[in-house]
Amino acid sequence: MTLDQLPLATRAIVVSVNSANHPAIWAAWLTDIGFLPDEPLEVTVVGRPGGDPIVVRIGSSTFALRLCEASCVNVILQNDEA
Amino acid sequence: MRERNTAKRRSLGRVQLKESRVHLYPTGRLAALVGNPNCGKTALFNRLTGSSQKVANYAGVTVERKEGRVLDSSRAPIRVLDLPGTYSLYPRSPDESVTVNVLRGMAVGEKKPDLVICVVDATNLRRSLRLVLSVKRLGIPYLIALNMTDLANKRGASVNAELLSQALGVPVVNIVATSGQGLAELQTLLRSQETWQSRGWAEPDAMQMEHNQPDTRTAISDNEAIRKILQTLGLEKATVNAATEKIDRVLLHPFFGSVVLVALLFIIFQAVFTLAEVPMSWIEAATATIGNQAKERLPDGWPRSLLVDGIIAGLGGVIVFLPQIVILFFFILALEDSGYLPRAAFLLDRLMGSVGLSGRSFIPLLSSFACAIPGIMAARTIADNRDRLVTIAIAPLMTCSARLPIYALLIGAFIPAKNILGGIQVQGLVLFTLYLLGIAGAFAVAWILKKFNLKGQTRSLMMELPEYRWPSARNIAIGLWQRITIFLRRVGGIILILTVLLWFLASFPAAPLGAAGTAIEYSLAGTLGRMLAVVFEPIGFNWQISIALVPGLAAREVAVSSLATVYALSAGAESNVQALAPIIAKSWSFATALSLLAWYVFAPQCLSTLAVIKRETGGWKMPIITAAYLFMLACGAAFVTYRLALWLLPYGL
Repeated sequence: MTLDQLPLATRAIVVSVNSANHPAIWAAWLTDIGFLPDEPLEVTVVGRPGGDPIVVRIGSSTFALRLCEASCVNVILQNDEA
Repeated sequence: MRERNTAKRRSLGRVQLKESRVHLYPTGRLAALVGNPNCGKTALFNRLTGSSQKVANYAGVTVERKEGRVLDSSRAPIRVLDLPGTYSLYPRSPDESVTVNVLRGMAVGEKKPDLVICVVDATNLRRSLRLVLSVKRLGIPYLIALNMTDLANKRGASVNAELLSQALGVPVVNIVATSGQGLAELQTLLRSQETWQSRGWAEPDAMQMEHNQPDTRTAISDNEAIRKILQTLGLEKATVNAATEKIDRVLLHPFFGSVVLVALLFIIFQAVFTLAEVPMSWIEAATATIGNQAKERLPDGWPRSLLVDGIIAGLGGVIVFLPQIVILFFFILALEDSGYLPRAAFLLDRLMGSVGLSGRSFIPLLSSFACAIPGIMAARTIADNRDRLVTIAIAPLMTCSARLPIYALLIGAFIPAKNILGGIQVQGLVLFTLYLLGIAGAFAVAWILKKFNLKGQTRSLMMELPEYRWPSARNIAIGLWQRITIFLRRVGGIILILTVLLWFLASFPAAPLGAAGTAIEYSLAGTLGRMLAVVFEPIGFNWQISIALVPGLAAREVAVSSLATVYALSAGAESNVQALAPIIAKSWSFATALSLLAWYVFAPQCLSTLAVIKRETGGWKMPIITAAYLFMLACGAAFVTYRLALWLLPYGL
């Protein structure tokens, strides 16, 4: 699943970053700010109205992302891996 | 697509780097501070260089280049450069390009640093170390200043500096930039010759940074290396700031968060008026006393008139607004330092998105409330070129502090100082409305531009929300001091020159003997003013206002000092030096005052703003477009306001 589909306050882990449907540079930027494989993350706030943008905590950092940016990040729920 | 973007970004980088040619750097060793955004780099820079900082006129936080110096053991200066924060060496914005260009030795007028001081946030080691590894690959000697060690310790995630130093092969020093702890140790390191050779352990893939494109392989291999380092340090688990999360639950709440944001902005504008009242009355009294003293002691004649009517009345009329400017900047600096601003940007992202901008434009626009110039420069942090240009075009619509003197003068003269609805000051309310009008205008312009040139692209946000922290009194004090000196330098420089020039125009040629009326009506300025007054008659401006508008182009607040000079000269030699507000309250109609207020909401901005737009966009197109549309908006708004006021006021509104 991708990060934009991750429910609020659910722990997940980054699998890969892929910006095929968006500007190619986004993947590199997301990687720069810390969206790297195996990093744990969690959606902490969902913007209203419209559920966009969202706030994601990754590692010790917190970022605001647009849903379209979040859709470039493939994640799996933390429990799935265990 | 990617290549084109990169090329554009690189050319943008070059555009601003041109300005570095203006500075003439002395020779000597150069150390550069590099780190992620919000890692406390600027706080460390302030500690390290103290009063030796050289900041360009309009410094936003780390937007402009800041240089300071530290003395080495033989008392020779080491230059220290504070570079904009960045996450990697692949720049996302013109702002980050500055850092990358300097580090790669590609910046015009700046040599490649001899040493990089990597400022590492101890509470966010993983991300910070990725940048460290990139810096290391550049082959510049570096050392690590491990900042925020107090916070890391508190969270039970202390970093063992010794082990980290062994892992990387460079010196590591523990610091707390906000309190100055560890500073002496860092200074000692800077004075040691060995530090300037510390390149760390050699890497087999040292040549990887040759290409300028980001490379996922490097990112993943770096991540592996960092994982190993973190394992050695026993810090594999990421720490979370529970306090920040709790605060965010309220401040980012869709409803409560917005309420807090609006309330906060409202309180700021109320404070600008109520808190500044007392110091302003002191300055007014002091100006009047000095003016009257000078009048009593000097013989009648033109030198006395120049001093009393020109310089003292003119400059006093502007300096009186210093308290309000200080209060506004105090709030902006405190919010900036606390980490709240990106949250406000998050809350406003949808709203900004509806007019084709992103939340990222919020910070440049908020800075523009202080002055459009740092705001326009802060637009460098916006990655998207189109967003950046739109932000620059609408930044002058945010009510800058130079407009504050004019608003304050007119509101003070025409709006009664009473409270309504249990303590809300009417004057503060009117000021708030004027600010809102500017914002509404900006949104309307952005919305129109969206219709013109936004072709359904998705815009990027990706904005860090840093941890909350108490604003540091020291950082605010340094920031305020810089603002005060800039303001006073303007008063002593351009405002003084224009005031004196205007006094000449308003005093010569002298009135013929036995002429009726005051001398100024016969002067050059009087003639010019009457000519302009014909043009401005439809929007209700009299000849005194028309004169004041001309020097007001150079700097908006000069309009106030010009009015002060014009009225001081009109008053004649016998009367005492008076405050300007009561004079205009007597001689202008309410409709004229409203019209002038509306004019200044959109006023064709000062020439320095246009110059900065030209510099930042690298051409004449943007400054010309901006000036033209603002002028049209100002004329239109003043006309509508004046006519409406004339039509409605007789009916008692």
